Amino acid sequence: MAILETQELTYTYSQGTPFEKTAVDHVSLKIEAGEMIGVMGHTGSGKSTLIQHFNGLLRPTSGKILLDGKDIWADKKKIRDVRFQVGLVFQYPEYQIFEETVFKDIAFGPKNMGLDEAEIKRRVLATANDIGLSEELMERSPFELSGGQKRRVAIAGVMAMEPKVLILDEPTAGLDPAGRDKILSHIKAYHKRTGNTTLIVSHSMEDIASFADRILVMNKAKLFCFDETEKVFSRAEEISQIGLDVPQITKVFMELKRRGVDFGKEVYTVGYARDLLLKKLKERAGE
Amino acid sequence: MLRDITIGQYFPGNSIIHRLDPRFKIVITVLYIIMLFTGDSMVCLGIGAVYTIMAMLLSQVKLKMFLKSVKPLMPFLLITAVLNLFLVSTGDVLWHWKFLKVTSGGINISVFMIVRIVLLIMGTSILTYTTSPITLTDAIERLLSPLKKLKFPVHELAMMMSIALRFIPTLIEETDKIISAQKARGAELDTGSFTTRAKNLISILVPLFTSSFRRADELATAMECRCYHGGEGRTRLRQLRSAPRDYIALAVTLLFLAAVIVIKITKPFAF
Repeated sequence: MAILETQELTYTYSQGTPFEKTAVDHVSLKIEAGEMIGVMGHTGSGKSTLIQHFNGLLRPTSGKILLDGKDIWADKKKIRDVRFQVGLVFQYPEYQIFEETVFKDIAFGPKNMGLDEAEIKRRVLATANDIGLSEELMERSPFELSGGQKRRVAIAGVMAMEPKVLILDEPTAGLDPAGRDKILSHIKAYHKRTGNTTLIVSHSMEDIASFADRILVMNKAKLFCFDETEKVFSRAEEISQIGLDVPQITKVFMELKRRGVDFGKEVYTVGYARDLLLKKLKERAGE
Repeated sequence: MLRDITIGQYFPGNSIIHRLDPRFKIVITVLYIIMLFTGDSMVCLGIGAVYTIMAMLLSQVKLKMFLKSVKPLMPFLLITAVLNLFLVSTGDVLWHWKFLKVTSGGINISVFMIVRIVLLIMGTSILTYTTSPITLTDAIERLLSPLKKLKFPVHELAMMMSIALRFIPTLIEETDKIISAQKARGAELDTGSFTTRAKNLISILVPLFTSSFRRADELATAMECRCYHGGEGRTRLRQLRSAPRDYIALAVTLLFLAAVIVIKITKPFAF
């Protein structure tokens, strides 16, 4: 059974006013437990509005969201529990940090869940370790840390709730390449260790190609496609028509194909490209 | 939620009132307030009402908007009316019960006060409805510029006002985002007991403050990068120029004010 499912989900901003705008238009999709999903879409395509439905921050104008097969809006009072099960990390999450120490800030979510002290401590230290924050940072003020560290503190704050589904909205925005790789690899490791379901919104096709099992593409409030990474990037033409891009390496291989060197496969990561090329070269050498 | 709040309520348009010089509009509004408060009879208020309706029609702003401007002050209006109704004891007694009594004088004064306040709100909202906040601060700066001679920081004040106005929507958006982010971490903001809600408010206020300071810092740097160094020798993109229509509007207002003053002094009518 799908862990998260939407049925004809529609959301209209400022309904009944001249500013009315449909941000999500009849989106139906199913996300399976344990998947790692990349979410792509142009600015204003509705992807941010869509993910805010997954943890009940926004209530759909029409349609349903099912978590473990149950309508999350069936009981309005239980919506807070949904937020503990579906953790959402916003863009630039470091701006939501407010506590005096790193430990306290990460503990805010678990505390709101009503866990006991020992469990909170265990979770905070475990997530801090997962995200690569050393233990001596725990008693420091989060406002003294570097930008990348602050970002990781904020992400840990959501991870510490140990949600079944973790959604991150552009977790690497505004970071340098080193900081970007660090955060992504920590998120990947965490996903591998816990086997949770992870959704990452990103503008970097290279990043998405490197982690996603499936890619969800939003375009003009509608679900453009939701398919395996390989299949999505094979539709390069359409993808670029809606203002998105495919990884550079995919472009290189498409050009090779156009010039008559066909590998018969979609290539979207550099590592895979290297393997293919080496194989081809060896074949040539053998001839 | 928060984004539904409108502050400054400016409705862009191209009516004659929109096009008036904002400096004149401010002066006219002051004269208008004087007009309403000098008048002490229904006739004077009638003149004020005619003036207000005329301006409202010319502004081409929907009547609904003017009614909306009165709405938040309804409780205040009601209290004023009720107090006047029972506390004024001139004229004939029309109704009484124990210590409460209603007199004709009381009714007169309550009606008079309500009409005066409603006119005041509607009339002054024409100013904010038809003038963008930025032009308004520009005009205030120009009107106050004589104070510069007294070393009063007029330009700085105006700049502070424009910046404050400019950042209201930004801060509202920011607050919205922070609220969502903390809710995602299970903060109870619209449910839960009063103390938990108050405690959770800290999780909103601290990030809001730090980001305001950060923004202020960034803005200061950006302004310095563009060689901003105060009002000295600064020219403006949009020059305020008065046109004949501004003088006509001022003359009409003065005429109405004069009429009110004459009526107040000579009292040609019996009521």
